Amino acid sequence: MAWFRRKRNITDETPPTDRKVRTEGLFVKCPACGTTHFKKDLEANLNVCSNCGHHLKWPTRQRLAHLFDEGRYETFDDNIVSTDILGFFDTKSYADRIAQARQSTGFNDAIVCAEGRLGGRPIIGCVMVMEFIGGSMGSVVGEKVTRAIERAIAKKRPLIIVSASGGARMMEGTYSLMQLAKICGALARLDAARIPYISVLTDPTTGGVTASFAMLGDINIAEPGALIGFAGPRVIEQTIRQKLPPGFQRSEFLLAHGMLDAVVDRRQMRKFLIDALDFMAR
Amino acid sequence: MEKATQIKLLEAQLAQLASAPHTPAQDEEIMRLQAQVRRLQQAILGEANDTPEMTPMDRVKLARHPDRPYALDFIYALFTDFHELHGDRRFADDPAIVCGFARFEGEPVFIVGQQKANYKQRKMEDRKYRNFGMPKPEGYRKAIRLMQMAAKFRRPIISFIDTPGAYPGIEAEERGQGEAIARNIIEMMRLASPTIGVIIGEGGSGGALAVGACDRMLMLENTIYSVISPEGCASILWRDASKADKAAAAMKITPEPLRAAGIIDAIIPEPGEGAHTDHKAAAEAVRPYLVKYLTELSTLSPEKLIEQRYTRYCRLGAFVIEEPQSLSQ
Ligand SMILES: [Zn+2]
Repeated sequence: MAWFRRKRNITDETPPTDRKVRTEGLFVKCPACGTTHFKKDLEANLNVCSNCGHHLKWPTRQRLAHLFDEGRYETFDDNIVSTDILGFFDTKSYADRIAQARQSTGFNDAIVCAEGRLGGRPIIGCVMVMEFIGGSMGSVVGEKVTRAIERAIAKKRPLIIVSASGGARMMEGTYSLMQLAKICGALARLDAARIPYISVLTDPTTGGVTASFAMLGDINIAEPGALIGFAGPRVIEQTIRQKLPPGFQRSEFLLAHGMLDAVVDRRQMRKFLIDALDFMAR
Repeated sequence: MEKATQIKLLEAQLAQLASAPHTPAQDEEIMRLQAQVRRLQQAILGEANDTPEMTPMDRVKLARHPDRPYALDFIYALFTDFHELHGDRRFADDPAIVCGFARFEGEPVFIVGQQKANYKQRKMEDRKYRNFGMPKPEGYRKAIRLMQMAAKFRRPIISFIDTPGAYPGIEAEERGQGEAIARNIIEMMRLASPTIGVIIGEGGSGGALAVGACDRMLMLENTIYSVISPEGCASILWRDASKADKAAAAMKITPEPLRAAGIIDAIIPEPGEGAHTDHKAAAEAVRPYLVKYLTELSTLSPEKLIEQRYTRYCRLGAFVIEEPQSLSQ
C-alpha cells in the first residue's frame, strides 16, 4: 500500500467544479425573503442579502480570500490527509467518501489552515469546509488545528478559526473524539503563551467542534442567524418530544443567553477582527 | 514477533529520531516508520473486533445493563470516608454527577462519578432524579470547579465515567452545554494532579470526555467508549436506528480495539457473566489498577504530568502525510 503518494504542491487555483458553478445561473434567490439577486451583486455583498441581511452560505475560498489582506494567503499542512483506519463501511466505504469529498470540493479535508496578514498584522487563519463530509472533525482536522495552534505559539501570531461543522467524524470512531482533548491541550498552551485566539462561528457549528475549540476563544463571535449548539435540533426534538421554539440555537439566542461575545455582520467582520487584534496583540 | 511488541520497538526508534534536529533524510525515515506503525495498528484493529463469542452490540447491551454497578457502587466499595460536595456555584447542583473527597488505601483522593440512578435504588424515579446519567452544564461546571480545588492541593483525581451522553435538552443548550464540555476538557488538560478515568458503563462521547481527559484511561471489560451512540450513528449513516449493531461494530467502540489504538491503557476484567452479577467483585477488580496507576503517576511533577498528558493525546490520531514538506521541490 502506498502511504506517500507523490503529488505536486497545492496551488490555490479555482477547481474545475467551482468554474462550472459560475456559469450555471446568473441569479440567486434569498432563502429568507425571496428577493432575487444578480449572483455578481450578491458576491460583491459577501453573500449577504441586501434586502433582509440574511447571511447566505459563503464558499470557503471566498471566505479565505476575504479574511486575509488583498486575498493573499499561504496554506500549510495541506498534505495531511485522512485514512480509513477502521476499515469503516456504511452504505459506502469511508475510503470512497474521502476520495469523493476531495474530488468534489478540491480540498484535502474539512479545514484549511493558512498564514497571511489581517490589517497588516501576520496571523494564522483556519477556515472549516462544511462541504467536506459535513465539515466533520476527524484526525486530520484535529491534527491540523493542533499544528496551527503550535505554529501560532512558535511564531507568536494571533489565531483566528472560522468554524462550520456538523460535529465529530463518526467514520474514525473514538479517534475523532480524542481530537477534542488534543486540541484543548494545545489551546491550554496557547492561552499560557498569551497569544490571542478569536473563534468565529458560522452556520452551522455543532457537536464536537462546539464542545472544543469553537467555544474556547479569548473572544467567541458568530455570524447572524448561524445554528450553534452541542446537540443538533433533531436530537433534541426526539429527546424532549416537542417542537423547538423559533430562533432556538441561533446566534441571537446564544447571545441573549450569554454564550457569545458578539454577533457580527459578515460585512463588518474584518473591522471587528482587526480592532480586536489591536486590542489583544502587541 | 507479536505486532504490539513490534509497535513498541518502532515507537522507541521514532522517539530517538524525533529528539534530534531533522534532516530531510531523517524526516523520510520518520515517515516510513510512522507508516509501519500505522499498518500494524490497523492490522491489530482488524483482529481485535473479531470476538466470536460476543458481538460489539452485546457489549453495548451489557454496558447499559439495568443492574450494572453505578459510580456510587464503586465509590462505596473502593473508598473510605467519602464526603460528597455539591453545586457549580452558578446555577444548581446536578445529581447526574457526584463529586467528593475520600480515602483510597488510606490516602486522600478526589472522586468524580457519573451516576445513572440513586444508590442501591433503581426505580424509574431514581433514574429520573439522576437524569439517567446525562449531565447538564451545571454538572460539568461542578465537576471542574471541584477538580481544580483538588488539583490546588495536589490530590489525585479518579473519575468514574458512565453516561449515554451529555443531556440534549433545551435548558442544557440555553446554559451552554458545548461551552461547559469544552471548558472542562481544556481545564482537565492542565490540572496539576494525576487523573485516572475509569469507564464503568457507557463512555458517551463529549459527555464522557468532559470528565475523562485523564492521564490514564481504563475500561471495564463490558463497556464502550464512543464518539456517538450506535443508534445515533446508524440513524445518520444508514438512516435507520435499528442498524445500531452494524454501527457498533464499525466504530470499534469496545475495549480491545481501543487499547490497540492507545486510546485506553488497560482493560479491567469483570466477574462471572459481567459486572451486574457481582457489584462487589467488579469494584474489587478495579482496585489493583488504581493502585498501579496512582503509584506510577505519583512520582511525576505537575509540569511533567501536564506535558505527558498533552503528549498522550497528541499521539491519538490516524492520518497520512502525502508528501513530506521537507522533500517538496
Ligand atoms: Zn433576503
